[in-house]
Amino acid sequence: MWDHETIMMIVQGVGETLYMTVLSTVLGYLFGLPMGVLLAVSDKEGLKPNAVLYKILDAIANIVRSIPFLILLILLIPFTRAVVGKSYGSTATVVPLVVAAIPFIARMVESSIKEVDAGVIEAARAMGASNIRIIVKVLLVEARTSLITGATIAIGTILGYSAMSGAVGGGGLGDIAIRYGYYRYQSDIMIVTVILLVVLVQIFQSVGMMIANKIDRRK
Amino acid sequence: MSGIVIEKVRKSFDTKDGVVEALKDVNLNIDSGDIYGIIGMSGAGKSTLVRCMNFLEVPTEGQVLIDGKALGDLTEKELRKQREEIGMIFQHFNLLMQKSVIDNVCFPLYIKGKKKAEARERAAELLEIVGLGDRQNAYPAQLSGGQKQRVAIARALASDPKILLCDEATSALDPQTTSSILELLKKINKQFGITIVIITHQMSVVREICTHVAIMYEGEVVEKGLVADIFANPQSEVAKELIRKDTGSDIGADSRLDVGRGKGQAEIKSGEKIRIVFSENSAFEPVIANLILTFGEPVNILKADTKNVGGVAKGEMILEFMEGSTRTEMMKQYLKEKGLAIGEVTEYVGS
Repeated sequence: MWDHETIMMIVQGVGETLYMTVLSTVLGYLFGLPMGVLLAVSDKEGLKPNAVLYKILDAIANIVRSIPFLILLILLIPFTRAVVGKSYGSTATVVPLVVAAIPFIARMVESSIKEVDAGVIEAARAMGASNIRIIVKVLLVEARTSLITGATIAIGTILGYSAMSGAVGGGGLGDIAIRYGYYRYQSDIMIVTVILLVVLVQIFQSVGMMIANKIDRRK
Repeated sequence: MSGIVIEKVRKSFDTKDGVVEALKDVNLNIDSGDIYGIIGMSGAGKSTLVRCMNFLEVPTEGQVLIDGKALGDLTEKELRKQREEIGMIFQHFNLLMQKSVIDNVCFPLYIKGKKKAEARERAAELLEIVGLGDRQNAYPAQLSGGQKQRVAIARALASDPKILLCDEATSALDPQTTSSILELLKKINKQFGITIVIITHQMSVVREICTHVAIMYEGEVVEKGLVADIFANPQSEVAKELIRKDTGSDIGADSRLDVGRGKGQAEIKSGEKIRIVFSENSAFEPVIANLILTFGEPVNILKADTKNVGGVAKGEMILEFMEGSTRTEMMKQYLKEKGLAIGEVTEYVGS
């Protein structure tokens, strides 16, 4: 049963999983990074406190994060269809993945930025730096190790979510695991896909930590 | 050259436990070229006061004038421009830990809109001035505390400020390093004519480099003036207390013979105690010996020391008159006539 077709299917599954994970992480950061920065900056201890903005972003993040991903996947079907034209397949899965990833990433970015030493921010203000400059040249630079560590966690979580989307025909390794392992009782294929998922998470994790360590100048 | 005028400044903070008055009606006049010390115990409001000088803290009331310009009248943008002319260094250095030494020094130059090549050239010069020319590419984590503060000083000087604010800049450093940093600040003051404001809780720091001092207590300036005057003749209780606590040897001196600090003190019967300070000329005359010969009455020297006050050695003694002596007033008068500054000491217990 390990014929050419099955192997090609699994290779394609790995490709789809990587495609969904990487694209969703990139798009997630595109929106999640600014949102996280705004959360950190508008907080009452932040660079430019703004209670209204903070409360709105905080509420959005909490609401989205409290919806289980599988439910979100189904809830968003009309939206997904409107965006990519269909509700199944790996490209369609990217939509709910991004929606789920944004608040998750924003929270990680927020906590990374809040770790930056208040004294360094004060020094930059004393030098006459504008808030934009402080965000770009101080906050994001000083928090970079923590941001990379956060991204590593985010990519692992998104990979896990992408596998979950297999339940509704989302494509990728999760889809294969559910179709073969669950519906057809072919546990061997399921085990292989699970092992591949574990390996992928491991690779992302190791590479992420390696980069985080390499760019950390604090030691 | 630039002076700082603090006019009727009040600052209060809203906290969970109600309103805290950090500054209550502070008035100060810092002339350009001064090295002005602001000293007080922790919580006296000195850090808040120094932050009002560049509007990191905006006063609740009152005015801060730099070069005659009120900071409160400036727009956000003008204020940032003004801050470029006021350097600041901190107790914990506050360097960018992820950036190399030279990039840290370049930071304010980039704010000024300098191009990379020009900024790096200037930064290298500044690192040379602070004695770290060979550590350009090191990262702050690889430097000692004193070296980090030198980088912070180079960074503060990068935008050619007229004023340098130092917030407890030597409090995290050991005595030798403190001394070398103070030397550097002195050099900067002389060489570039930069007005320096030093916040500290250590009298020794004020003594070593400041020309003027303001003493703060619970949000108020209780005493201010020339360091030499206040050291010789403190008026307020806080000033006396700070000077009394400054029993330690001069910063940087490895060892010093401390006189009269032994156990023997416990046995001394408590007569009236005074603190006398010798100025330069009175040091040539054997004043104490003459005093004893003149009055035929012994005095007990509880402590004697010389201290470096702005580069001038000042002799300091704590004397105790005999218990029940009727001639203490006359003896004090005698010492005053000899040109010594005299203050009463109520609670000298040795330390």
